[in-house]
Amino acid sequence: MEASKVISAAPEAEFVPKILALVCTYCTYTAADMAGSARMQYPPTVRIVKYLCTGRIDILHILKAFEAGADAVMVSGCEAGSCHFLEGNLRARERVEYAKKLIAEVGLEPERLEMFEVAASDAPKWVQVVREMTERVEKLGPSPLHRVGASFAQVEAAVQRVVAQ
Amino acid sequence: MIIAERKPFREIQDMVAPYGNVLIAGCGTCVAVCLAGGEKEVGLLAAQLKLARNLAGQTGRLGEITVERQCDREFIEPLREVATDYEAVISTACGAGVQFLAALLQDKPVFPALNTTFIGVNEAAGHYTERCRSCHQCYLGITGGICPVTMCTKGLLNGPCGGPIGGKCEVDPARDCAWCQIYERLESQGRLQQIEAILPLHPHSRTTSPGTVIHPAYLRRYAAHE
Repeated sequence: MEASKVISAAPEAEFVPKILALVCTYCTYTAADMAGSARMQYPPTVRIVKYLCTGRIDILHILKAFEAGADAVMVSGCEAGSCHFLEGNLRARERVEYAKKLIAEVGLEPERLEMFEVAASDAPKWVQVVREMTERVEKLGPSPLHRVGASFAQVEAAVQRVVAQ
Repeated sequence: MIIAERKPFREIQDMVAPYGNVLIAGCGTCVAVCLAGGEKEVGLLAAQLKLARNLAGQTGRLGEITVERQCDREFIEPLREVATDYEAVISTACGAGVQFLAALLQDKPVFPALNTTFIGVNEAAGHYTERCRSCHQCYLGITGGICPVTMCTKGLLNGPCGGPIGGKCEVDPARDCAWCQIYERLESQGRLQQIEAILPLHPHSRTTSPGTVIHPAYLRRYAAHE
C-alpha cells in the first residue's frame, strides 16, 4: 500500500528547460566564460553555440533549434554600439524580432525567443539573463515540439548542422 | 525587378493542408532579391511549415528546391521530374512563375506563396518602391526620367492636377507630387520647354491582357501565320 502510494506519487521526470544560447564570441561568450571562471552559479539549463558575431545568426538557425526540440532560444550579443563588426548585433535584433513573428505564426509562444545584450565584462548579467530565461520557460512549460528524450547534444547538433550548411 | 510579398502563413498553410508530401519551389531571380521567394525564404517557409505540422501532429515530407528563374522553361523543366515524388507544389515565384510551373505540372496542384505587387527598385535592404506599371508606352524621355503613369497617383500625362500642396500629392501628403518633380528635374537640366508638349491619349488599348511580345528577329519563327 505504502509502496504503491510512493509509486503513484512519484513525480514525473522534473522539467529541466533546454535553452539554446546563440552568442557572440566577443561579448556574451567572454562574459559566460568569466561567470564560469568566477564560479558564479546559475541553472544548468543553457547550452551555448558560439558565433563570431550575432550578425551571422540566421533565422533558420533559430527555427531549426525549435524544430530539434529546444524549449527556448536566446540570442545574446554585444551592447548596442559596441559590436566588433559595427552593427551585427543590431541586425541580429531585427532578425530575432522577425523570427518571433514567424514562430508566433506557427503557434509557438514568441516569448520562447529573446535577444539580450551582455557586455564582455558583465558576467553577473549573463547569470541574470540565464535565470530570467529559465524562469520564463519554467512558467511556459516544455515546448509543444519538445521531443521526448531529445538531449541538449541533439538540439545543439541540429543547429551546428544548419550553421555548417 | 518584380517585387512580391509573402502571403500570410495561415493562408499558405490552409492551401496545402490536404496534402502530405509538398514541394516548395523557389525562384532565384527577382523574388530572391526582394527577400520573398528565394532559396533562403524557401528554407524559412519549409521550417515554419515543418514546425506547424509537428505541432498539429501531421506527417508528410516537405521538399525544397530553388531554380534560377521560374519564368524560363529551361530552368523549370527539371522540376517535372522532382515533383513526381510530391502531391502538391508551393511556388514562391511571382504570378508569372507560378503559372508557368502550373502549366508544366498539369496534373499537380501548384499554390502561390507570394502576392506579386509591382515592378520596382531596391531602395535599400528590405525597402522596395514601385517605378513602372509596364504600360506599353514609355514617357521617361520627355518627363526627365520620372514616370507620370506610375509616380503620379492619378497617372496624369500633362502636368499636375490642381491639388499639389508644397510639392506634395493631395491624395497622400507623404508622397511627392510627380509632376512637381518632373518640372524641377527638367528645369535643372535646362529642358523645361519639353513640358509644354501635349502628350496624346495614353494607348490603353495596348494594355489589353494577356500581352504578347515577339522580338522582330523572331517574327518568322513565331508570327509567320499572321
